[in-house]
Amino acid sequence: MRRFTELIQQLEMSNKTNDKIAALAEYFTEADDLDKPYVIAMFTGKRPKRPVNTALVKQWAIELSGIPEWLFAESYHNVGDLSETIALVLPPPAHVTNRKLHEWINDLVSLNSNDEAYKKAFILDAWDSLNTQERFIFNKLISGNFRIGVSNKMLVNALAKQSGTESNKIMHSIMGKWQPSEISYIDLIAGAHVNTDNSWPYPFCLAYALEAEPSSLGAVSDWQAEWKWDGIRGQIVKRNGELFIWSRGEELVTEQFPELHFLLDELEDGTVLDGEILSVKDGNVQAFSILQQRLNRKTINKSQLNDAPIGFYTYDLLEHQGHDLREDTLAVRRELLEKVIAALATKNVVALSPVVDFKNWDQLAEIRQDARNINSEGIMLKKLDSLYHSGRKRGDWWKWKINPYTVDTVMIYAQKGSGRRASFFTDYTFAVRDGDKLITVAKAYSGLTDKEIKEVNSFVVKNAVEKFGPVRTVKPELVFEIAFEGIAESKRHKAGLALRFPRIARWRKDKKADEINTLDDLRQLLNTTLLYGQP
Amino acid sequence: MALITFTNKGIYCKQGDFYIDPWKPLNLAVTTHGHADHVKWGNNAYLCHTLTKPVLDQRLGEGLKIETLPYDKEISINGVKISFFPAGHVIGSSQVRLEYKGEVCVISGDYKTENDGISTPFEPVKCHTFVSESTFGLPIYKWQPQETVFERIKDWISGNHDNNKTSVLIAYSLGKAQRLINGLAGYSDIYVHNSIANLNERFIAAGVNLPETHRITADIKKETLQRGIVIVPPALAEGRWIKNLNHAATGICSGWMQVRAGRRWRSADAGFAMSDHADWPGLLSAIKATEAEKVYVTHGYTATFSKYLNEIGIASEEVKTQYGNDEEDEKLEEVA
Repeated sequence: MRRFTELIQQLEMSNKTNDKIAALAEYFTEADDLDKPYVIAMFTGKRPKRPVNTALVKQWAIELSGIPEWLFAESYHNVGDLSETIALVLPPPAHVTNRKLHEWINDLVSLNSNDEAYKKAFILDAWDSLNTQERFIFNKLISGNFRIGVSNKMLVNALAKQSGTESNKIMHSIMGKWQPSEISYIDLIAGAHVNTDNSWPYPFCLAYALEAEPSSLGAVSDWQAEWKWDGIRGQIVKRNGELFIWSRGEELVTEQFPELHFLLDELEDGTVLDGEILSVKDGNVQAFSILQQRLNRKTINKSQLNDAPIGFYTYDLLEHQGHDLREDTLAVRRELLEKVIAALATKNVVALSPVVDFKNWDQLAEIRQDARNINSEGIMLKKLDSLYHSGRKRGDWWKWKINPYTVDTVMIYAQKGSGRRASFFTDYTFAVRDGDKLITVAKAYSGLTDKEIKEVNSFVVKNAVEKFGPVRTVKPELVFEIAFEGIAESKRHKAGLALRFPRIARWRKDKKADEINTLDDLRQLLNTTLLYGQP
Repeated sequence: MALITFTNKGIYCKQGDFYIDPWKPLNLAVTTHGHADHVKWGNNAYLCHTLTKPVLDQRLGEGLKIETLPYDKEISINGVKISFFPAGHVIGSSQVRLEYKGEVCVISGDYKTENDGISTPFEPVKCHTFVSESTFGLPIYKWQPQETVFERIKDWISGNHDNNKTSVLIAYSLGKAQRLINGLAGYSDIYVHNSIANLNERFIAAGVNLPETHRITADIKKETLQRGIVIVPPALAEGRWIKNLNHAATGICSGWMQVRAGRRWRSADAGFAMSDHADWPGLLSAIKATEAEKVYVTHGYTATFSKYLNEIGIASEEVKTQYGNDEEDEKLEEVA
């Protein structure tokens, strides 16, 4: 536990990827062998069922620290993290322990089958034997919510560095189905469990955003252009008579999309398709806001099936007749993919993502302007001789997105951030004009420099009109240009619409609050987007 | 009538016709300590503790009318008895005790209850009215004993030496710097920035027993600094100067480092939760020891802290002052 706590502190202290990888590699050299698979599981989001309800844990912490609930809440607003708040308010520990990380985790898992009194006694005793830093880790273990800024890629690089194994293989093995209690670190790294696993997806190949002019990419003939679709990136795996649909978040989503289940009968064993899960109606891709109705539902009703039918636009073929094709070039893979799709008896549900023909970069730039009309986000550029990489690799695949939508708004509320930003007012709520009123349309907390955050922060401090707990109402004076990717109807929002991925594009110091956009402007935009993709 | 009132210029004693730590220039400023939010230039006269005078001389300039008083003496102005008691915040920092016709009021300025080994340790004073800060007035702020923090700082320095990094500690010129120098003396050579060296010279001239340090000058080689310990004020924390050192590793010593958000917000390599302000238990024990009937909370988490005091049966009120700036601003501009 102590060594792991030290690792977390090292990871938090550094902003440099190389330092983090070095700290991770060092950890995997020094740590207890039994702990290691648990740490990998934790960092890749494989979390056990939460053994205790968070509200109860909070209640016990309040009880034990002897402070009133409102004071705990006040503390929480200043810390920005529940696990940390609890760790800090508890009285100092009475004894010490040398229990290992995996022992703690296993105990927490087995807590599930015990009654509340037992759980409480266990957790109180644990708190009484851990120091503040260790308690913080322990509380994170209870919540299962360990966001520590370690990406899968970073972890894989560290493991590769530590073990001398190729990173592709490690990515492959840690993404599979395994239990930290059942596999040793050595076996996990070696991928001993992977071959037996039919569901096994490949790591997605990802693209970097193209910031330079596309002409910098060289000869047009080296490149394949496709539309960039705005859905859920997915991988369809058919092996040994089983079908699996994986989402980009490495989640199995097979059950959510019954429209694709015909592939079980129509795909050959040993086939893996990479593509985009979209809502496609009458051959037209619908807006993301329509696909959204189908996501994360346990049951799907008739009208949802009817309004938001699912389609799968294939980008790539990763496995064919059981052979891994990732070392073949895109040109070879695409040719095979076209054959596989052509062989399907059911047409139009699973389709090829069309290749966009273009003679020169200027022409492609022009074509790209039409992206919104077919609910696409822009153009993907893939080198014809590119291999299918694990993760992101600069140079072979580029996404050339169209510019986001923007709207000028005024800031009306500010709230303190969480995590790194807990001491500052960094989360803002923005409004547009609706007649003589202001109406909230977006919340955003990124897009400003540290210097600008400081400036806004002192504005908030000086111009707070009202306090509601951590929220301040401020004079509507600061104008911000908000960029967003889409717009959808929303019954939950007073404005009747919601923006997708809103973020601060620019602080418009040159504009006054009476120059911002109106709700009517946004309604008009909403109506136009809903018309796209309609027959 | 009350011994003190809170005005838009500072804390006023009508009976004695003087102010304590006023933020607007006035006739007489009774001064608790030399931090910029507690003493301003331009008052006609100052009354402060003997060891606060060197700070005022250096910061406000020579030639001011400054009267001094040691901890065990008392003077009287218009019938109000004034005496200083140690506040333990920085060298010379004092609580101001006022007494008039049996009524006692103590204005504590900034204080901490832990003995830091360099400032005269805090001494609770019984009174009817107590004026307290609450910079760290939340139960999340509980300091570790200073020895434990110094052990961590030393481990960090030794790790830096092993990795050929220059250890740069970021600390206030007045207060934290002297505390670090005292706590790290003998571990490695200490090199300090001009602003710290200037103040140290004043303290030494006034009889403070400060361990030896070296003023950083252009002649000192980077390799020499790399083998020692460098202490600089927060103003230099993110500048070019540090980037020019050999592989600088920066460590911030501040109470705000208690919280992860505080550590991560400042792009330092290490954060040590060491503060010259009282922590939550410190504030509560200090206030209880005064047995005051009324506690005014001047800066920090004033609303929260005074609400809590009222709940535990200590009559309290928050008052608006300009000390500590705003809780948010202070974290931005300074390291407490």
